[in-house]
Amino acid sequence: MQAKRTIFPNKILPYMLLVPQLAVTLIFFIWPALQALKSSFEREDPFGFRTTFVWFENYRRLFIDPNYVGSLSKTAVFAFSVTVLSMSLALILAVAVNRVLRTNRLYTTLLVWPYAVAPVVVGILWWFMFNPTIGIAPYLLRAAGIDWNHRIDGTDAMILVIIAASWKQISYNFLFFVAGLQSVPQSLIEAAAIDGAGPFKRFWTIVFPLLSPTTFFLLIVNMNYAMFDTFGLIDATTQGGPAQATNILVYKVYTDGFIGLNIGSSSAQSVVLMIIVIALTAIQFRYVERRVQY
Amino acid sequence: MIENRPFLAFLTHLVLIIGVVIVVFPVYLAFVASTHGSGDFMRGLVPLLPGPHLVENYSFMLNEGISTAGAPPLSIMLLNSLVMAISIAVGKIAISILSAYAIVFFKFPFRLLAFWIIFITLMLPVEVRIIPTFKVVADLGMLNSYPGLIIPLIASATATFLFRQFFLTVPDELMEAARVDGAGPMKFFRDILLPLSRTNIAALFVILFIYGWVQYLWPLLVTTDSRYYTVVMGIKRLAATADSEPQWNFVMAAVILAMLPPVLVVILMQRLFVKGLVETEK
Repeated sequence: MQAKRTIFPNKILPYMLLVPQLAVTLIFFIWPALQALKSSFEREDPFGFRTTFVWFENYRRLFIDPNYVGSLSKTAVFAFSVTVLSMSLALILAVAVNRVLRTNRLYTTLLVWPYAVAPVVVGILWWFMFNPTIGIAPYLLRAAGIDWNHRIDGTDAMILVIIAASWKQISYNFLFFVAGLQSVPQSLIEAAAIDGAGPFKRFWTIVFPLLSPTTFFLLIVNMNYAMFDTFGLIDATTQGGPAQATNILVYKVYTDGFIGLNIGSSSAQSVVLMIIVIALTAIQFRYVERRVQY
Repeated sequence: MIENRPFLAFLTHLVLIIGVVIVVFPVYLAFVASTHGSGDFMRGLVPLLPGPHLVENYSFMLNEGISTAGAPPLSIMLLNSLVMAISIAVGKIAISILSAYAIVFFKFPFRLLAFWIIFITLMLPVEVRIIPTFKVVADLGMLNSYPGLIIPLIASATATFLFRQFFLTVPDELMEAARVDGAGPMKFFRDILLPLSRTNIAALFVILFIYGWVQYLWPLLVTTDSRYYTVVMGIKRLAATADSEPQWNFVMAAVILAMLPPVLVVILMQRLFVKGLVETEK
């Protein structure tokens, strides 16, 4: 790790500077994480009198529980769809903004603000639009012959949460794509234009490959977002239902732990989630290190 | 633009306008709903044009609130959100800049260990460690209090990294000069480093303010006393009425008020917001 060539010689001061952050981290991050790890190996009797150490029993039960395996696959479908939908729409919008020079700022302003809307508020907005009795979307869908009811139909519910989660994430992806597009050297594009490549060919053969670092970064960030930051959105729209159809992993940890009070299982689920975050973060950082050397 | 193609220019604007409509429409609908009387939602379809009850609905929510839902007036919840968001932003920046300073400008045993302990917070979002964290906060007697809302969310690896990256670009000569002039470490920090970091701090503040404002799960767990409800979690309580349709006009007034502060921050501070976002995510 890098440090300055010249440094201050103090012995005590650096520890004093670190104390606030380390204290918060140890008390509210490391200690609870260790507790989760510990109780994921334990089983509590129904009255909470005795806890027994059960090795990997909680994990074993988890992976034979059809609800959990179902939740895993729902999470995969959800994260994948949100990532693809929000990134592709954001890329189209970013390319368009990059083409219009003068009105660029106006469009950008109109497109970025959903970043600041809380996921739970996003959930309420879309739930309102898709409300089976008064919502505008089911009304239009009925006119087209589709009967929409996300309170009964699991597929409808999944589509609803995917649309809502993507709507919020477009603004974020859009900003990073715009930043990426603006760093593509103009001379390359001009040279290709002189060689007779049309706008679409230029995009696919020059711009898109140069955007690949941004795309990869966004891929990881979006998966992270869909898996962990959409708790409020799920809670406001479907609450995991109907019949577990949208019960993604973070939501299940909460319902099993706080509502079902099944601490052992919930802790095992937390540990699985931590492993997923660690994997995603590790990939992200490897990539960042690589990009720094460019 | 390289060449002039009127059709492509037209297509570009069309794409952008459709994009803006998709982004704005849900909020437009919420705003329209918030300007109607309660009876207007009985007819089957949500109204598409604003109604006459704007001032009435908003002032009702701000001053009284729907007490049946167990939520306090919105003005109290908005104030709580403001306290929470500002404290989280200020707290995160303060502890991160100090620890980044220690890590970059000093050499001491366990420096690497400290760095890794901070780094690991990246991998432990509240959502994955809710029960034990809740227990710690309960044991410390911090449920239903501002510290309980704020302190557990205050550690931030990304802010520490941002300051670390920035400090590494500060020329060594600056510190040598300060030392030759007899400045101690805290004087150097206060008089040279802090002023240099001004834009970084401001950009980070925008991002962290929004982060604090949109928190949902954590306030939901730590506050059972309605005096400490934040607006983002309180809204859910308004919308979730068990056996009747929610009072949409009031719920949507609350939605608009809960969105307004962070969205205004993004729009007004766009330059800083983009800088903060692009830098913290690296």
